Amino acid sequence: MDIRNLTALELGKKIKTGEIGVVEATKAALEQIQAVDETVNAFVTVDEAGALRRAEEVQKQIDEGSLTGALAGVPAAIKDNLCTKDLLTTCSSKILYNFKPTYTAEAVRNLERAGAVLLGKTNMDEFAMGSTTETSAFGVTRNPWNTAHVPGGSSGGSCAAVAANECFYALGSDTGGSIRQPSSFCGVTGIKPTYGTVSRYGLIAYGSSLDQIGPVAKDVSDCAAVLEAISSYDRKDSTSLKREDCDFTSALVDDVQGMRIGIPRDYLGEGLDEEVKAAVLAAAKALAAKGAVVEEFDLSLVEYAIPAYYVIAAAEASSNLARFDGVKYGYRTEEYEGLHNMYKKSRSEGFGEEVKRRIMLGSFVLSSGYYDAYYLKALRTKALIKQAFDEAFEKYDVILGPAAPTTAPKLGESLSDPLKMYLGDIYTISVNLAGLPGMTVPCGKDSKGLPIGLQMIGDCFQEKKMIRAGYSFECTRKYEAPELAERRGK
Amino acid sequence: MANVISDETIEYVGILAKLELSGEEREQAKKDMGRMLDYIDKLNELDTTGVEPMSHVFPVNNVFREDVVENGDDRKNMLKNAPEQKDGMYVVPITVE
Repeated sequence: MDIRNLTALELGKKIKTGEIGVVEATKAALEQIQAVDETVNAFVTVDEAGALRRAEEVQKQIDEGSLTGALAGVPAAIKDNLCTKDLLTTCSSKILYNFKPTYTAEAVRNLERAGAVLLGKTNMDEFAMGSTTETSAFGVTRNPWNTAHVPGGSSGGSCAAVAANECFYALGSDTGGSIRQPSSFCGVTGIKPTYGTVSRYGLIAYGSSLDQIGPVAKDVSDCAAVLEAISSYDRKDSTSLKREDCDFTSALVDDVQGMRIGIPRDYLGEGLDEEVKAAVLAAAKALAAKGAVVEEFDLSLVEYAIPAYYVIAAAEASSNLARFDGVKYGYRTEEYEGLHNMYKKSRSEGFGEEVKRRIMLGSFVLSSGYYDAYYLKALRTKALIKQAFDEAFEKYDVILGPAAPTTAPKLGESLSDPLKMYLGDIYTISVNLAGLPGMTVPCGKDSKGLPIGLQMIGDCFQEKKMIRAGYSFECTRKYEAPELAERRGK
Repeated sequence: MANVISDETIEYVGILAKLELSGEEREQAKKDMGRMLDYIDKLNELDTTGVEPMSHVFPVNNVFREDVVENGDDRKNMLKNAPEQKDGMYVVPITVE
């Protein structure tokens, strides 16, 4: 048996029975990181000493019987926009190149309570702005399936790390598809829960009304278990919800008999790659064969989601990122004349191109004279999009479609045309605007051997229906890891 | 391009955003923003008369509580991240002449 190939829950079980030690599992992950991360670059920071220290501590607590959960002792990776006490947290930006938080994000705290061993922090698009993990100030992450291609983004490091067997699961964040799209490109499973399910305390904010933290793992069972562990009401997050139904693993049932599944015709039209379309429709057929009632319908308004999103996300980003001014932490420019010049120079030198582009756009749409025309118009559009989903969920339990129009593009092909890159988010973005849960499950590969992801969307608070559908589909196929994940030593 | 961003506008946005752009960056920013706004103008096709702007998908109310200090004094640790510090305080350039 090769420890690296186990899922998080399989490993957790073996740790519980004593078949595998926590230190042994942690070493296996660290060795894999050493073997492949020079190529993949999924990590910004690897905390080898901290992980091994923690592994011993967790093993002791398991032996004493104080840690009994399904994920106790399982090594995980965390996206670098989640604060971790005394551990470098950069958001993949030069402006936070030396930032060590004095506290840990609530979602990560919840994982620690469940007995997680943190291996390190994963690479991302700078401040989660991007779809390829190429805007990172610390180098691009490469897709483990083909290192000439991007892993997707912005949680590209988390998804690549899971695919490459560098960790057993990871946390990502999703503002417009940042968990679901890279999960699709890397052939792994990822969930963005209903807005408010996971506390955003300690998540470095991008678009606060859209941001949600979620799990990335090898399969639906792992994702359900991790989501169960990180979900909690938190009074430190004013948008946190009190939910009583976070026992997501109870939905891991292989049964879609009578489940109503809708496929938006708008998600199958122009721009969708033929091979992706074929794989998604084949998945729908597999669910229909298991007794689900599958039909196509018109969702409407799909083409308005991207412009509305970029107004809202940019507006919130311009406000959220005002805090980075070179005063209390992070990068400060070397030479300056006076306070305002110091702010301006620190920010201009510390932020990358894409971040500056969005801050500028956000400042513009919020400025006096344009606020109504752009910002309020986008919020009105958001209300209409939510309404369209509400109507769809009167008819369907789950909405199904592709996670992205194509498989992973080659490195260097996307950034030259930002608008074109934004259009790649068309199937994921409206889910964030409407606050809905969404999930990506691998459903095939294209002729280039790159993974294709199936997206499932649930109504608000209906993660369980989505998880049940995802799990039932997953039962029809076997998890496949890229060749690189099986590589041994250097 | 329907939206032409003037030098004055980009200057003004730079002040709001607290960003200083070089000549070349400025020209690029003008082009990028114009192109993005052209695309965003697509929203004008939608009739949103009478639709309330939706800032949050769920009804979120202000949560009030007593202002009680719960975390300890973490000054020493917080100052470790400061670019410049002195006598337990952050150092910044002179703000008032």
